Amino acid sequence: MKRDLVLRIIAKLLIPFILLFAFYVQFHADFGPGGGFQAGVIIAAAIIFYSLIYGVEATCKLIPGWLIEIMLSGGVLIYASVGLLGIIMGGNYLDYFVLDHDPVTGQLRGIFWVEVGVAITVSSAMLGVFYMFALRGQDPE
Amino acid sequence: MAITVIVLIRSRNLFSVIVLFGIYSFLMATVLVALDAVDVAMTEASVGAGISMVLMLGALYLCKSEEAKPMRQPWLPLALSVTTAGVLVYGTLGLPAFSDPEAPIHTHVADRYLQDSMRETGVPNVVTAVLGSYRGYDTLGETTVVFTAGVGVIALLRRRQRRRPGTGT
Repeated sequence: MKRDLVLRIIAKLLIPFILLFAFYVQFHADFGPGGGFQAGVIIAAAIIFYSLIYGVEATCKLIPGWLIEIMLSGGVLIYASVGLLGIIMGGNYLDYFVLDHDPVTGQLRGIFWVEVGVAITVSSAMLGVFYMFALRGQDPE
Repeated sequence: MAITVIVLIRSRNLFSVIVLFGIYSFLMATVLVALDAVDVAMTEASVGAGISMVLMLGALYLCKSEEAKPMRQPWLPLALSVTTAGVLVYGTLGLPAFSDPEAPIHTHVADRYLQDSMRETGVPNVVTAVLGSYRGYDTLGETTVVFTAGVGVIALLRRRQRRRPGTGT
């Protein structure tokens, strides 16, 4: 499959648009459907698509395993630290009102960072599971 | 959907089972769109039909593509699932009717979410406002569940690789 010219070109054309759609889903979630979870899954789908066409080794060079582990825990940490920031700024845990002078802007900010955390964790979890299956298949057993 | 499920149960080829699972997920997503639950439909289409199909195909790559014949007739599991389904259907009889305005879910906090979320959070999409802000603790828990699942799979499958030194990776 790796030598099929049509598949490679189509993948090259499609993957940027899939990623763009993922970011649209991520950052437009305030107005349309979507959010961190869906965007994370779409990002993971784009990268899995890449690895199906170009092989897992190429993807491992692009996104190594340690990066996935850092992202996996980093997403949860971003989410939790938004909550802690609420305490530091003088509110309760996960209070977004205090993140800005204007409570509505604070809410928007809090929701934005929380969604970023969700997206990072979800995409790296999906990718991590996929890597584990794909790399096991390559071991000569 | 019913046809898909029946073919799914009858089929013994695991590859076609996985493809049918994907078709079922897409049909489910269209049902959710028809119910105006676009966010859930998006999740169902991407997770159910997309990622989980790829993961099952990856698992299929590691094993045989034909389901083995069962050793015994599966009467006990059949009875168990029929009983559970019966209990669940009996439970739905106690629920209020579909789109009943007096149902408890509509009389508690739903009004406040629908009317005040724009003013309080500045987010027009109520689903995002509820998920991110009002029920932020639940979403934090959900993210932690995803994190735990990912870490668990990585921990389980990676140890196998380390036990066999010299096989690459």
